[in-house]
Amino acid sequence: MKNILEINNVTKFYKNSVKALEKVNLNIKEGEIFALLGPNGAGKSTLINSICGIVNFNTGTIKINNMDIIKNYRTTRKMTGIVPQELNLESFETVWNNVNYSRGLFGKKPDHNYIEKLLKQLSLWDKKDSKIKELSGGMKRRVLIAKALSHQPKLLFLDEPTASVDVELRKDMWDVVKKLNEDGVTIILTTHYIEEAEELSDRVAVINDGKIILVDEKDKLIEKLGEKTIKIELLEPIKKINGNLSKYNFTLDQTNKIISHTYNLNSNTTDITELLNDVKKDGYEIKDINTEQSSLEEIFIKLIKENNNELVRN
Amino acid sequence: MNWYGIKAIYIHEMERFRRTLFQSLASPIITTSLYFVVFGSAIGSRITEIDGINYGSYIVPGMIMLTILTQSISNASFAFYFPRFTNTIYEILAAPLSSFEIVLGFVGAAASKSLIIGCVIIVTANLFVDVRIDHPLLMIFFLILTSITFALFGFIIGMYAEGFEGLQIIPILVITPLVFLGGSFYSINMLPEFWQKISLLNPVLYLISGFRYSFYEVSDVSLFTSTLTILTILIGCIIFVTYTFSKGYRIKD
Repeated sequence: MKNILEINNVTKFYKNSVKALEKVNLNIKEGEIFALLGPNGAGKSTLINSICGIVNFNTGTIKINNMDIIKNYRTTRKMTGIVPQELNLESFETVWNNVNYSRGLFGKKPDHNYIEKLLKQLSLWDKKDSKIKELSGGMKRRVLIAKALSHQPKLLFLDEPTASVDVELRKDMWDVVKKLNEDGVTIILTTHYIEEAEELSDRVAVINDGKIILVDEKDKLIEKLGEKTIKIELLEPIKKINGNLSKYNFTLDQTNKIISHTYNLNSNTTDITELLNDVKKDGYEIKDINTEQSSLEEIFIKLIKENNNELVRN
Repeated sequence: MNWYGIKAIYIHEMERFRRTLFQSLASPIITTSLYFVVFGSAIGSRITEIDGINYGSYIVPGMIMLTILTQSISNASFAFYFPRFTNTIYEILAAPLSSFEIVLGFVGAAASKSLIIGCVIIVTANLFVDVRIDHPLLMIFFLILTSITFALFGFIIGMYAEGFEGLQIIPILVITPLVFLGGSFYSINMLPEFWQKISLLNPVLYLISGFRYSFYEVSDVSLFTSTLTILTILIGCIIFVTYTFSKGYRIKD
């Protein structure tokens, strides 16, 4: 699949010499949902704003569809849409005017049929004549998405799309994002909610202190960096850990019936078979076995912690 | 050119004007009427004529200029500052619009609003005094040029203001005094020689003088100097706006 976005060595310093981005390199494939994860102040929004032309970056190049975003800003900007983190909308304007205004800004001829279809798709049609100030937070978020899609972009940036949104609405929003992607829109989202990235994305990048510290496919990342825990439920509780089981570093639950043993998927060999044999050798009958994979959130915390430690050392 | 983009900004701004039409027009109409009551009736009873023109009629161009200047500045400064304040500016910055197109949309709308208000004042003034326009094309030329120039000036204020208070400082502390001291309600020939020379340092004097010439063919300074002054201010504003845009409009940094 070809790259729709190519970021090469992009560096950004703010006026007060605060470094926001440092030599960022990133390629986004056409048609994918890409999640950009990072703690507050890591540079996620600055990177998105640099791509969309909202802030100027100092060095490096950004290309959309193989076109430089500065030299060919008219063409490249027509291809992008952005949904900002905050609910930035003109309160006294109607939904209809707001969305049509955005389409006009991006140089597109008025198309009331398309805007009607878009508002219906986002369940906003019955609110088209309502003023923004009369809408709920969730509705406002949808208006922002409608504005970003009003000019039919190929590349959509969602900056914390479900920030301060309740669980039900978040799931609703995820469905909207999935549908957009199915319709051929490439989506880049920044999020604090790891479950969001886990649910939606094909690939994930982790950014910390202005640097991309990791880019990988979500599933591979979980597989590569994830730890697994095997839970062995016994018929009878373990009275005392001795014998063969004493060499393992496992934990027991309160009933002393469930053994939790963590192992790394990266290792060539695991000691699971040996553990199961030793459980049997020590005279315990196994009732049930299950495994749990570490979540993206745990991987993310681990990565950031490691990266911060490295920064302190340097 | 992104004509749809320019049109979108222009229509959006004019729509705001339509929504607040009553406030937008009531304020200049009431102010003009009050000026006629205070200056026209009270002072006009003592100063009957200046340069052969009835005092009430004489002050009309100055009053129009006062309104055009303040309205152009406040409309344009508010129009650009408001999206900065509400953060909706992100959309304009992300749109495929050049700096020139952004300015054209905002300044065009602000200047249009001022022109509408200027025309309303001419009509209002006609209700109180006889208004004669000897050179209508010249009058329109001055009206349009002044509206555009000071809308650009307002746009600069909108780019630099750090709060709503900042939008008011220049119009209140600089523009209004300059208009009042720029011969809006008198001819500088009525002043002592020293103050006449001081008045010549006031650029607004040249605008009012040229504008008044288009009405009654009387002026404190030559028409050429007036035209040159307004063009110089216009070029100065264009250079300043271009410079600020090249630096990222103080927003993109």
